Amino acid sequence: MSDGAHAHPESFISKYVFSVDHKVIAVQYLLTGMVMGLVGGFLAYVIRMQLAEPTGSVPGYGTLNFVEYNAVVTMHGTIMIFWVAMPILLAAFSNLLIPLMLGADDMAFPKLNRLSYWTFLLSTVVLVSSFFVPGGAAAGGWTSYPPLSASAAYSGGHLGVTFWLLAVVLEFAAFLMGGINFIVTIINMRPRGMGFFELPIVIWMQFVAAIVFMLSVGPLLAGGIMLLLDRVVGTGFYDPAAGGDPILFQHLFWFFGHPEVYVIFLPGMGIIGEILPVFSRKPLFGYRMIVWASIATGVMSFIVWAHHQFIAGIDPRLATPFSITTIMISVPVAVMIFSYLATLWRGSIEFTTPMLFAVGTLVLFLLGGVTGIHLGTPATDIFLHDTYFVVAHFHYALIPPVFMAFFAGIYFWYPKMFGRMMNETLGKVHFWLTMIGINVIFQPQFALGFMGHQRRIANPLLFDSLNTVQAIELQWLSTIGVLILLPGQIPFLVAFVRGFFSGEEAGANPWRANTLEWVAPSPPPHGNFAEQPQVYRGPYEYSRPDREEDWFPQNLAS
Amino acid sequence: MAMWWFLASEIVIFGGLVFTYLLFLWRYPEWTEEAAHTLTNAGAINTFVLLTSSYFVVLAHDAAHHERYQKAARLLALTVAGGFVFLAVKTYEYSHEIHAGFVPARSVFWSFYYTLTGLHALHVIGGMVAMTVVALAVRKGQNPQRVEYVGIYWHFVDVVWIFLFPLLYLAS
Ligand code: HEM
Ligand SMILES: [Cu+2]
Repeated sequence: MSDGAHAHPESFISKYVFSVDHKVIAVQYLLTGMVMGLVGGFLAYVIRMQLAEPTGSVPGYGTLNFVEYNAVVTMHGTIMIFWVAMPILLAAFSNLLIPLMLGADDMAFPKLNRLSYWTFLLSTVVLVSSFFVPGGAAAGGWTSYPPLSASAAYSGGHLGVTFWLLAVVLEFAAFLMGGINFIVTIINMRPRGMGFFELPIVIWMQFVAAIVFMLSVGPLLAGGIMLLLDRVVGTGFYDPAAGGDPILFQHLFWFFGHPEVYVIFLPGMGIIGEILPVFSRKPLFGYRMIVWASIATGVMSFIVWAHHQFIAGIDPRLATPFSITTIMISVPVAVMIFSYLATLWRGSIEFTTPMLFAVGTLVLFLLGGVTGIHLGTPATDIFLHDTYFVVAHFHYALIPPVFMAFFAGIYFWYPKMFGRMMNETLGKVHFWLTMIGINVIFQPQFALGFMGHQRRIANPLLFDSLNTVQAIELQWLSTIGVLILLPGQIPFLVAFVRGFFSGEEAGANPWRANTLEWVAPSPPPHGNFAEQPQVYRGPYEYSRPDREEDWFPQNLAS
Repeated sequence: MAMWWFLASEIVIFGGLVFTYLLFLWRYPEWTEEAAHTLTNAGAINTFVLLTSSYFVVLAHDAAHHERYQKAARLLALTVAGGFVFLAVKTYEYSHEIHAGFVPARSVFWSFYYTLTGLHALHVIGGMVAMTVVALAVRKGQNPQRVEYVGIYWHFVDVVWIFLFPLLYLAS
């Protein structure tokens, strides 16, 4: 256990660089993730400029050949999922919230926590340096399918792929350490009075996500080791000529990969599950149902993976069961969404910036979920697989948890992290630019998918169906969306930095919320609470008729 | 408790590998001929060595439990010695097989053979390092509860081997 109460002065280095304090580690993960988000965003800009003007040169980058284009796409996907979504949603928010919401002084294993961050940082350095090795970064897609990834003859970048694999393995080691810590902390360090059904919903979802992650990552690590051996030692796991099977990697990858999307999705949904009740001053609708739905989602996410392989040459008899499970998993997801919507119903809704982002998350995700069902039907998917329709689907599914919920969470917990508020006006400008940008980018991509635009094609004009005035206009429209979205993040960055120096003082509980993190001072000192608070009720007792105030903190006896 | 979760994720790694290996074995019955070229006797000796060392860990845990720290440290040292014997036999096998031309790239069976046993050997080495660290501390009476943790880990390494041995050596 940690030693929360010590008071001797610490140097800057031991306090902020090699800290074992969960809050500092959370901020470290957050900032690393945000920097990587800027890198990933820049790559998105390169992709869109290239597609809008395939023969031109991208301002700020230069001209791309086909291999470079593929490297950019690969690194964009890899970074956004593994180096933005994972560190921010899973690591940063779990590190920040789990001890605070449990009224605990730190994680169960603070040193393991620090080791986790430093391993992650190392993996980040390995990944970024792969841009600069001879042959360039990995170009086999974020899924790294063999044979593309197994042999340099196909993908150009040779060292790049090895670096990619190393970085991914290191990163997963980091998150395994983090995940073990989250699970043990939640099980062991709950305060008196807090049973599992008094846990805030975000803690539940982080709990399920951490377990799902731990149970799914093994096959991917096994697959990654085999791929590395194929490349380095010359084994033949994925080489049909040597008796191997390239589809095997797809199975191992997606056995992890599909649960992974829920590892990202659940914490995002958890975050907005905290925000909606606070700003509609109503209890979370169907708390227990949401808990069971998230567990069901976690369990079912293990039996849907082959929907990514409908046309990869799997046995057609397999397609039907996987199609059924895929469509079934939308049921618990829908339960969550509708419970959230019901929470809003007749609430006294206050549209602060976190609330705007929370509602935006739901609105955008609806489109992602609905298009997912289209793709889960093999007959449709055979036509749409690997087109921009899929690209638009997963962006509508991923952007809500990864970016919208992240922003919602930052605007909401920033006062707790730094003791000051972020500027509301900047926040609202940021929200609208983001919302408009995302839709302008991805709506045209549904249409482009139907017109036959395949993924990972550096020059769509080479295809007749895409070399039309209409298609070119849609490409441009989508690119203009990026040119709205990226500058749209400037108000956020300004508010983030300015808030730190000159934001309004927040006080312990600026949003009048119930959960325990608001009991601690803002920002909480090392050790968080003078003593661990006791808990008397669930987290969502808003607007109780028998009380004068419309909130009822978990730690108040009466 | 963290140990158990750690092992759970380890099981999924080995589980994933072993499961895919089984699928392949099922599809390519001719692999059994390849498996005949493994050194079954050496494998059997190693199974015996690992099981004995596991027994020493149990004794070490018991000794630590009764606060007989010197004895616990000595038993841990014996376990580490068992690990060395295991690795020595394994090295002999590898060199023998490689000389006979059964290199990893020869066929997917050998790819699996080297990956699985190699990964397992890395775990053996990891366990030996951990046990040395724990033994040195326990001798001074520090952190005796860690004897139990390395013990659990060592049993796990043992159990993995119990699966690998019949699957790889006796598949013929
Ligand atoms: C309602 C639930 C969902 C269903 C039914 C669904 C279904 C599908 C299907 C069938 C595909 C394969 C399309 C193809 O490659 O032809 C797919 C791709 C994808 N989905 Fe979903 N999905 C759902 C939710 C999500 C969520 C929540 C996320 C992320 C948070 C997500 C992320 C992705 C990604 C990243 C891909 C593309 C992977 C690639 O090929 O690179 N999906 N989805
Ligand atoms: Cu999927």
